[in-house]
Amino acid sequence: MSTHIDHTTYQDREVLEGDDVYAAGEPDAPTFTVSGGDWGDLVDEATALHEERIVVNMGPQHPSTHGVLRLILELDGESVTEARAGIGYLHTGIEKNMEFRTWVQGVTLCTRMDYLTPMFQEAAYCLAIEKLLGITDDIPERATIIRVLMMELTRINSHLVCLGTGGMEMGATTVMTVGFRERERILRVFEAVSGLRMNMAYIRPGGVAQDLPEGALDQIAAIIPELRAGLHELEMLLKENPLLKGRTVGVGYLDLTGCVALGITGPVLRSTGLPHDLRKSNPYCGYETYDFEVITRTGCDAYDRLMIRITEMYESLKIVEQTLERLRRVEGPVMVADKKIAWPAQLAIGSDGQGNSLDHIREIMGTSMEALIHHFKLVTEGFRVPPGQAYAAVESPKGELGVHLVSDGGTRPYRAHFRDPSFNNLQAVAAMCEGGMVADVIVAVASIDPVMGGVDR
Amino acid sequence: MSEDQELVRQGDVDTAPVQIGERRGMFGATKGADTTGYGGLQAPILFPGAAERPYGSYFDAIVDTLAAALDRADNGTAKGSGSSGAAYAAAVERVVVDRGELTLFVRREHLPAVARALRDDPALRFEMCLSVSGVHYPQEAGRELHAVYHLTSLTHGGRRLRLEVTAPEGDAHIPSVVATWPGADWHERETWDMFGIIFDGHPSLTRILMPDDWPGHPQRKDYPLGGIPVEYKGGTVPPPDQRRAYN
Repeated sequence: MSTHIDHTTYQDREVLEGDDVYAAGEPDAPTFTVSGGDWGDLVDEATALHEERIVVNMGPQHPSTHGVLRLILELDGESVTEARAGIGYLHTGIEKNMEFRTWVQGVTLCTRMDYLTPMFQEAAYCLAIEKLLGITDDIPERATIIRVLMMELTRINSHLVCLGTGGMEMGATTVMTVGFRERERILRVFEAVSGLRMNMAYIRPGGVAQDLPEGALDQIAAIIPELRAGLHELEMLLKENPLLKGRTVGVGYLDLTGCVALGITGPVLRSTGLPHDLRKSNPYCGYETYDFEVITRTGCDAYDRLMIRITEMYESLKIVEQTLERLRRVEGPVMVADKKIAWPAQLAIGSDGQGNSLDHIREIMGTSMEALIHHFKLVTEGFRVPPGQAYAAVESPKGELGVHLVSDGGTRPYRAHFRDPSFNNLQAVAAMCEGGMVADVIVAVASIDPVMGGVDR
Repeated sequence: MSEDQELVRQGDVDTAPVQIGERRGMFGATKGADTTGYGGLQAPILFPGAAERPYGSYFDAIVDTLAAALDRADNGTAKGSGSSGAAYAAAVERVVVDRGELTLFVRREHLPAVARALRDDPALRFEMCLSVSGVHYPQEAGRELHAVYHLTSLTHGGRRLRLEVTAPEGDAHIPSVVATWPGADWHERETWDMFGIIFDGHPSLTRILMPDDWPGHPQRKDYPLGGIPVEYKGGTVPPPDQRRAYN
């Protein structure tokens, strides 16, 4: 690269308007100058550096960076000598927006953060509110079981997308199609239960938005064998696939020391052999009463993280089966009894496709003025939360998802902070990628499974 | 250890709730004339005050061990005072136990030492700093900006601890804990980006979520939310921060 530009030649020439520009080379032709600023310094710097040194911006628009992640890679030939992650391209100010909405409305906002794990943000957020309100023990059992059911289905959903897109990034299109085919079964369940396939805002402070519709349990029971077969197919495609193993074994290595130092949780931490799972270590929603294993492996690499995710999906199916069994047994409300917190009506999807409760409308419009006032106050003003702060964490598919809520005693969060696992885990990119090949960067990032909606919030 | 405990227990703890602000009116309507008649209402916003011994759960053990560890570290230095409990009293201004969570309010200049002790002492071993979150209390004069650290200990089965450090708005400096917990790197950058807290000693304190040239720190309370009015069926809905709201 011959970079020497004799910029002094142009230094004293005048810069003229575009109209007056003639072809260069004429004796009196005016010339645009490229001097000024730090142009000279840049040129000198570029000449001084090694010729092979290339800095590549991978992303933020790149099909294999998992959304708008920008990777700044310094390459020496095909080796990565330095890797940095640039984020913020999907920042939507959700936390700030939550300060201007009621506590209940916040569910609708936080469900949109990590769009592959909506139930986990909702659950963590609601657990934090319930902690602030001091009603953690008053949540009806049926609501808690439904929360666990929905969270575990979401975990399978998220892992399927992780494997599917991860496979696609390595060129395995069938893995992607199988993954999304199986995910579709879960999305149909979400649609039947909440009316939405993503961003459901289904878990609410005090319980869940509505009880499971008629036939939902049978529908979920019916997809479990199908899912199991699909997972088996996915496992057969991946597990002993020599191409996949060649791409993933030993790639994206991060041992326990690195994980703990960087605060990494989730499958990446469990791939180092440490069985850390909040469902076991700090149980919430009654996870201590379910029978499941925490999956660990000891390879510390992308292959083991992939295998952990596959096995975790089977474990989640085990939990789903247990919740189904309990839900057939446990009847009762799905919202806390306190009418100062609970939404006034159990809304159901009517024949017109709208969420309505005709009984409730009849009551507030026809018989009880007080019920109408109460409804109006609760829906527009919301409930008040005693001042203080709380931190609630759940084990999302990506690691520890923590919510730090501060209340000033008002009807809106004073501050809501989400500790998104992807945000934290992306810090490991440098440790995982430096010294490796460019192609391995894709695999290492895919094994972290970042979702930029959650990272940037 | 029992001596330390006694010394730490000495002195009266002021358990009065801490006022962090004041609420005016009943409905929080700040736009237009107040027609409710409740506009003159004033109510203090009271946060839970310092806790008294025993704190309950594993909290007493954490505080005692921390006090002993800080003393040991203090006595190792030349200016060590030698008296037990002094280093702890200098570092921790308030212990709050609320809703089953332990919060230590740490004076900012002592944060690095406290962090190091919390991570390294075998009986504490808070290996992970999960998140750093900022909170802005504009009405709390002299301590407007808070940085809140959530720690967890894998060794001791998922114990949790919260550290809270305050800084005045005019001198928004807090020592960085990246040297102790490298994972706090991006979290501190986010807190700088959103709240303008300068973490001294951070290896590269740059904006992380907002563009590099962004003016201001968006999650401070005096930073507007922004937004435009929306017209719908002849009516106009103002942006969320200008609507009539209930605080």
